[in-house]
Amino acid sequence: MELRAKVPAGPIQEKWDRHRFDLKLVSPANKRKYHVVVVGSGLAGASAAATLAELGYRVSCFCFQDSPRRAHSIAAQGGINAAKNYQNDGDSIWRLFYDTVKGGDFRAREANVYRLAQISVDIIDQCTAQGVPFAREYGGLLANRSFGGTQVSRTFYARGQTGQQLLLGAYQALARQIGLGQVTMYPRAEMLDVVVIEGKARGIVVRDLVTGAISAHVADAVVLATGGYSNVFFLSTNAKGCNVTATWRAHKRGALFANPCFTQIHPTCIPPSGHHQSKLTLMSESLRNDGRIWVPKQAGDQRPPAQIPEDGRDYFLERLYPSFGNLVPRDVASRRAKEMVDGRHGVGPLANGVYLDFRDAVERLGRAGIIERYENLFEMYERITGEDAFATPMRIYPAPHYTMGGLWVDYNLMTTVEGLYAIGEANFSDHGANRLGASALMQGLADGYFVLPYTIGDYLAQTKLEPVGVNHMAFREVEAQVAARVAKLLAVNGTRTVDEFHRELGTLLWDRCGMSRTADGLTDAIARVRALRERFWREVRVVGSGEDFNQSLEKAGRVADFLEFAELMCEDALHRQESCGCHFREEYQTPDGEARRDDSRFAYVAAWEYTGAGTPPALHKERLEFEYVHLAQRSYK
Amino acid sequence: MNLSLHVWRQPGPAAQGRFVRYEVKDVSPDMSFLEVLDVLNESLIHGGEAPIAFDHDCREGICGACGMVINGRPHGPQRATTACQLHMRHFTDGQEIWVEPWRARAFPVVKDLVVDRSAFDRIIQAGGFITVRTGSAPEANTLLVPKRDADLAMDAAACIGCGACVAACPNASAMLFVAAKVSHLGVLPQGQPERGERVVRMVERMDAEGFGACTNHGECMAACPKEIRIDFIARLNRDFLRAVTTASPPPSSP
Repeated sequence: MELRAKVPAGPIQEKWDRHRFDLKLVSPANKRKYHVVVVGSGLAGASAAATLAELGYRVSCFCFQDSPRRAHSIAAQGGINAAKNYQNDGDSIWRLFYDTVKGGDFRAREANVYRLAQISVDIIDQCTAQGVPFAREYGGLLANRSFGGTQVSRTFYARGQTGQQLLLGAYQALARQIGLGQVTMYPRAEMLDVVVIEGKARGIVVRDLVTGAISAHVADAVVLATGGYSNVFFLSTNAKGCNVTATWRAHKRGALFANPCFTQIHPTCIPPSGHHQSKLTLMSESLRNDGRIWVPKQAGDQRPPAQIPEDGRDYFLERLYPSFGNLVPRDVASRRAKEMVDGRHGVGPLANGVYLDFRDAVERLGRAGIIERYENLFEMYERITGEDAFATPMRIYPAPHYTMGGLWVDYNLMTTVEGLYAIGEANFSDHGANRLGASALMQGLADGYFVLPYTIGDYLAQTKLEPVGVNHMAFREVEAQVAARVAKLLAVNGTRTVDEFHRELGTLLWDRCGMSRTADGLTDAIARVRALRERFWREVRVVGSGEDFNQSLEKAGRVADFLEFAELMCEDALHRQESCGCHFREEYQTPDGEARRDDSRFAYVAAWEYTGAGTPPALHKERLEFEYVHLAQRSYK
Repeated sequence: MNLSLHVWRQPGPAAQGRFVRYEVKDVSPDMSFLEVLDVLNESLIHGGEAPIAFDHDCREGICGACGMVINGRPHGPQRATTACQLHMRHFTDGQEIWVEPWRARAFPVVKDLVVDRSAFDRIIQAGGFITVRTGSAPEANTLLVPKRDADLAMDAAACIGCGACVAACPNASAMLFVAAKVSHLGVLPQGQPERGERVVRMVERMDAEGFGACTNHGECMAACPKEIRIDFIARLNRDFLRAVTTASPPPSSP
C-alpha cells in the first residue's frame, strides 16, 4: 500500500487556498442527495455535523452519551490558540506554525500544520459570533494569555471552561440543524463497526445503548470524530466513556493507524489517592504560569511543605531549564516529575506527586489576583483533595491526557479507506509527537468547521457510488458479526469484572509504555498484553443481557478493543528507536537526559496496517519533509 | 468507614422501582461518591447481580452526565458540587444514605438512577442558539463586549445541563436551565437579533415537554452545582414578557 498524503504543490502559504479552488464542488441542489454519517459530537464532530448540514447535506450524528453536549471536549479547561496577534507581541500565522512543528518535535506534516495556523483566526471569529463568552478586557476587546510552552500570548479562554464554552457553541449550532430537520441525532448510540463495500466506506453498524438494538446506517461518507484512546491506561484524565472502539474497528476494516505510541502525558494532574481511583483530574496547566514546581532536596523527606526551608527545596524545572522554567513543554515537565518521584523525592501521603506552589504568586498578585485567574481550579482541587491550595502547595503528578496518534489521514482528512474520514483527536493529527497546550481545541474545530466540509465535497462530487440499502449483504454480515460479538462477551460468564482487566492493562501500559520506555519493557508488555487478552475472553464476567441498558456490556466491548489496540501501541513504541516528543526511549537520550531524536532513520509517520488476528501488523512509512522549519534539536534550557 | 446505601432499583421505564439496601465496607474518605458505587457494583457483579446503572462520564463536574438525589438533595449535601465531585469525607461512619434518580415527569427513568433528559436538548433545538452559519462571522474584535457583560454571560453559560434544578424544584420546573441559556445569549450583543424569538420558542418548548411552572421556591439555585443564580429567571420573565407584548409574533419558519 502506498501512502499518498495528497499535499498540494506550491509555497506553503498558498497550498490551502489553491487546494480549495481545486476541490470539486457539489452543486447546492445535489447536496441534499448525499447522506453523511458523523460519529461523535465533540468539538470536531459537532462542528462538522452542523457545518455539513448548513451546506445542505443530510447528516446523521451519533454519540454514546445521553446528549451531544456531553462529549469530552467539554472538559478542556485552558484555552484555544489563534494567531491573531491581538497582543502585538510578535505572533503570526508563521510563528504558530513554527511553534507547533517544533513543539511536535518534527513528527507532524508541515502543510497540515500551516493550514491549522491559518484557520486558527477564523475559529475565534466563528465562536465569538456564536456567543462563546471569551474573556474580555475592560475596553471590551478579547483577552489573551500565554499558555504552556509558548512565549507569546495567543490563547483565548473562557475562565477555566474554554472547552465547555466552545463545545456548547458547536452543540448549539448542531441543535439548530437538528431542530431544522437537517441532522438526525442518535444519542446513546455506539458505533461498533464500519461497513466497507468495494473499498469505500458506506455506513456503520450501531448499538442502541438503551434497547440493545443493533442497526445499520447507510451513508455516502462516514466521518469518525471519536476522540482519543488515553483510557487504554485505565487511569487518565479522559471521561470514563472515551474509547478506541470506533477507530480500532475502522482500523480492522482497512484504515491505517498512525503513531499509536504518541500519547501525551499531562504534567499537572492530581495524584491518585488509592486503589479505588477511577479516573484522574487535570488541573489546567495555565497554573504553571504562576505556580512554581518543587520537591524536597532530600530524598524521603516527609516533613510538611511549610517546614521545608527555602534552601531545602529543589525547583527542578527552573534549575534544569533556566529560560523556560516551569513553562517547559508537557513531555519535558512530565518526565522530570517522574524522575523526582522515582528518585524518592515524591510528596504527599503516597509520595506520588510534586508540589505546585502559589506562595510567591500570592505575594506578587495578591489573593484576589489568584482568585480572578484560577478560582474554579482552586475550588476543584479542594473538592477532590480536601486541601486549600492557598494554605499548602498543590500536589500534582503527570497523567495520560491526549493521544497524538490516531487514524492516518491525508491532507483531505480521509483515511486509507475511501470515503472514511477521521477528524479531531481521532486522526493522527497535526501535533506530531507532542501537542502544545491550547492546540487540541483549535485542531478539533479547524477540522470540523473549516477543513472537512470542503474536502468531503470533493470526494462526493468525484465518486460514483452505487446505491445500497441496509439489506445489502455487506451490512447484514457486519450486523451479524457485531451481534455475535455481543453474545460472545455475555457468554463467557467468568469470574473477573471488566474493570479488573482494564485496571491490570492500564497499570501494565503505564509502567512499560508510559512516560519512559525500553525495548525490554515493551517486549515484555506485548507478551503480557496477549496473555491478558486471552484471559479476558476466558474469565470476564458480564452480568445481564444484550437487550437492554447494560453498562457492563458497553465497557466490556471497549476494553476488549483496548486489549487488541494496546499491542499495536507497544509494537509502535518498540519499533521507534529514538526519543521524540512524548516518546522517550531510555536507550536514546543525551548525557544530560534529554530526548535524542534520530531524523535520519525516523523522520516519518509510522502507519500500521491490520493484517489479521495473530499476524504482525504491516508498517508503512510516510516520509516527513521539513522545507520550512529546519530540523533542530529542541532546547528549553 | 462503613455505610448503608438504599439505592433505587428499577429495571426499566415501565417497571416498578424500589429501594434496595446495600452495606458498603471500608470506604475511604478520599473516594468520590461514584467510586463508592463503583466498588459496590464490582461486588454485585461478582455475586452475579446486575450492577446499579448510573450516568457518569467526565467525573470532573463539567459534562453534566451524573446526577442522583442523595439523601433528598440533588447531587448530595455539598454546595456547588456534582455527585462525581462529592467526596466521602463529607459523610460519617455508619451513615444511612438514600440514593434515587431525578424525579420529574419530563425526565422518565431509563433504568435505576438513569433518566432521559433529552427534553433539555429539545429546548435548545427550539431556539437556544445564535444563528450564524460557519464562515459568515465578522472579525472577532469588531464587536466590543463590555467585560461586565461578558462576565455575566459566562456566569449563565456555566450551566452543565445536569437537570439538578428540575429535580430540586417542587414543580419540576426547568426555568433555571432555560433562563441560563436565554441570559447567556441575551446579554451579549451577538444574541440581540433573535432575543425575543429565542425566549418565546424556548419557553413554549419547555411547557410542551411537561416541566412545571416556577413559583419562586429557589430550590433550583441551592441545588445547582454551578451556582447559576435565580435572578436569571427574572431576566427570562422580563425578556419573555417583552417579547410577547411588544414584538411581532415569530415567523412560522426560521
